[in-house]
Amino acid sequence: MKIARVLLLLTLAALPALSRAQSSVGLDPAVLLKPLADNWPTYSGDYTGRRFSSLTQINRNTVKNLTLSWVTRLNGTAGSPQTILGGVGSGESTTVNVKGFVLYFDDTLYVTSADHVWALDARDGRLLWHYFWRTRGGTHTGNRGVAMWHSYLFFETPDDYLVSLDARTGKERWHVEIADFEQQYFSTMAPVVVGDHLLVGTGNDLDAPGFLQSYDPETGKLQWKFYTVPMNPGDPGLDTWPNLDAARHGGGQVWIPGSYDPETKFYIFGTGNPTPGYTGVGRKGDNLFTCSLIAVNVDTGKMAWYFQTSPHDTHDWDSTQTPVLIDGVINGRPRKLVSTAERNGYFYTLDRVTGEHIVTAKYGSTTNWVKSIRPDGVVEIDPLKEASIPGSLVSPVESGVTNWPPPAYSPDTGLFYVPEHNGFNMLYLTDPDPRGSMGLGGKSVSGVGSAGDFLTAIDYKTGRIAWRKPISGGGVGAGLLATAGGLLFAGDGSGNLMALDSRDGKPLWHTRIGNASNAPETYLLDGRQQLLIAVGDTLYAFTLY
Amino acid sequence: MRLKIVLFVSSVLLLACAVLQLDAQRGARGAAPGAPTQGFPAQQRPPGDATLISRGNTLYGIHCRSCHGADLRGGEQGGPNLLRSEVTMNDQSGELIQPVIREGRRNTGMPSMPAIDLSTDDIRAIAEYIHSILATARGQGNPPPGPPVTLNVLVGDAGAGRAYFESKCSGCHSVTGDLRGIGSRFANPSQLQNLWVAGGAGGRGGGTTPITASVTLRDGQKVQGRVIRSDDFTIVLEMADGTSRSFRREGDVPKVEIHNPREGHIKLLSGYTDKDIHDVTAYLVTLK
Repeated sequence: MKIARVLLLLTLAALPALSRAQSSVGLDPAVLLKPLADNWPTYSGDYTGRRFSSLTQINRNTVKNLTLSWVTRLNGTAGSPQTILGGVGSGESTTVNVKGFVLYFDDTLYVTSADHVWALDARDGRLLWHYFWRTRGGTHTGNRGVAMWHSYLFFETPDDYLVSLDARTGKERWHVEIADFEQQYFSTMAPVVVGDHLLVGTGNDLDAPGFLQSYDPETGKLQWKFYTVPMNPGDPGLDTWPNLDAARHGGGQVWIPGSYDPETKFYIFGTGNPTPGYTGVGRKGDNLFTCSLIAVNVDTGKMAWYFQTSPHDTHDWDSTQTPVLIDGVINGRPRKLVSTAERNGYFYTLDRVTGEHIVTAKYGSTTNWVKSIRPDGVVEIDPLKEASIPGSLVSPVESGVTNWPPPAYSPDTGLFYVPEHNGFNMLYLTDPDPRGSMGLGGKSVSGVGSAGDFLTAIDYKTGRIAWRKPISGGGVGAGLLATAGGLLFAGDGSGNLMALDSRDGKPLWHTRIGNASNAPETYLLDGRQQLLIAVGDTLYAFTLY
Repeated sequence: MRLKIVLFVSSVLLLACAVLQLDAQRGARGAAPGAPTQGFPAQQRPPGDATLISRGNTLYGIHCRSCHGADLRGGEQGGPNLLRSEVTMNDQSGELIQPVIREGRRNTGMPSMPAIDLSTDDIRAIAEYIHSILATARGQGNPPPGPPVTLNVLVGDAGAGRAYFESKCSGCHSVTGDLRGIGSRFANPSQLQNLWVAGGAGGRGGGTTPITASVTLRDGQKVQGRVIRSDDFTIVLEMADGTSRSFRREGDVPKVEIHNPREGHIKLLSGYTDKDIHDVTAYLVTLK
């Protein structure tokens, strides 16, 4: 084992000597302010959430020549000599499923699955190191990726730790507990670096309050904590709950990274569903600030504005979709905008400086739960479409018209792209207790069909649908990538990774590698544009030669 | 059933660990056989002493139940739900619950709780009882299963359901033909309702009738079969003899016609009101 390590270190030192030397400097947070191109250094590639790469080598003409560069299967056991064990528990979760983003910087890929981080050489997919967190338990639903600040990495664990690693070696620097495991929080979010802030969210299904926290990336010390529901008498939004106890158990978890506007210093993110999820009887009111888009000043942790995309949600439709920052034109005037296509089937465009409402539009073809739209653009739930004893026919299903997998936006086409699922459920109330149930309890559902799955292109100015492309096998499962090469990359539900024309959705290239489990990414390596995708435990890198 | 799953998972883990122990390297690193990789502390807690829990149950009934409810989920007098309480969930053996019971609680904005004079042993028993209930809570925040409740799904008007059926359904279905006796085929009316709304209750398209396709080849030959997979690039059919055949697709070539027997039902999904659904169900259950 020692010999293997020495050999590994020698190889590392000898081959890419130049770039390794640069990696000691690491990732300057200022790099994250640049538009997405050579690197993929943060969750959405850059702070805009557009997932629009300015790389053009792979384009409408050349994509037909895209070819496999390498394949790597990740190993989640502690068996390899490169494995570094950490964790405060003793459980070993060896399941590997890449369901987040892969960070690419300085010729290296950093990949995660719940409890695992792997560093790979981006040239050939070779394993550099593997960090394995031994767990106390918790909900192992996935991990959405790492954050990088200089030469340090950060990731969250299902048992609620924020762990910092040395990016060069995978050795642990520190770990801090970020949420109360006893209250059944579990943590999946990819942390987000903004300057000297490390933004961290977490999840919970059992009626606990949601929050976003900022940590010092050097020391792991808490800088601020922003609760998404009222926690004390006099807190804003308390009048949208029947009482403080309901608010303090009201959910609104923060489990998907937001976007960041450097001019206003606003971090803009979505919050999860109110709890109890399906039985709203004990939480009458709009339930602020659950299912909302929120702008928080990243230095102070104070809320600048909010817009509620699903008041008093009773369908578990978290508003935790990636907000997309668009510098656009509305009525002939340049505007700083934010757009979001929500799990509840509605698309919104707001002014991202003021939170002023501009567009509310239904994009879920069969979405049927809204009674009316208020003058301020907020939708009003139809109580008849809540869980009922004789059953209510509801579209979309629990997982929504879309879900956490990211949308994309191309400034070249002016179109916002999002996966659209139009399933129907019969939704039954099984716990008519006047106190409501707990968590996601008190209901049963039965899927009764789908009116189709699409990749849908939306005009952000109006919310009008430009086109819908039917997607087979249950639709786009894992998010999108748009490029200045005029392409849109997406996986369908039949195992194909596809390159589509971003103007009309026409397929230009495909390869059948299995259903993508994370969204496609692109970056530049040795002067060549690469395309990266994960299918469960396996990574595929494509390029042009 | 949950216990069975836990036992099964535990034995799989034990077996997996035993196998991995053969790997000298792993053995040296010290695997922990059977250590949980899922679940939260409340569910991982070893079962408490039955006598203590039983005493705790009695004491809870006397001192706590009127405010916190028989099921611990809160009561009419405003006592909070103890199954989602920061105090009870963080408590190990009464140490966090004790000060709340002994000193009471007076929080701004919350109902106050009087101090109750109980011995340390009694408080430990109450804590043990609370933990025994917390341990039965289910995944995704679901509360422990309560006593069974009878819910009446049949609220519809069978007469209106019959009228709806005759105007919208009888083109494909017949109550004396494919749906004969459908009301006695299901023990539970919600099962029947789910199945007919989905288009799986009978009829031309019902039950297990598969999706089929016909592919028209360049030479005009038509190939038909059950659809195994159909995407933008390939269609795979199962032939009558059980073999499969695939065809490359380039846009509209070759011509592919898909026959989904449930297409009619999928179209109806956007048209039903919930009342239509409940009425039709009320009618169908009468077809014994």
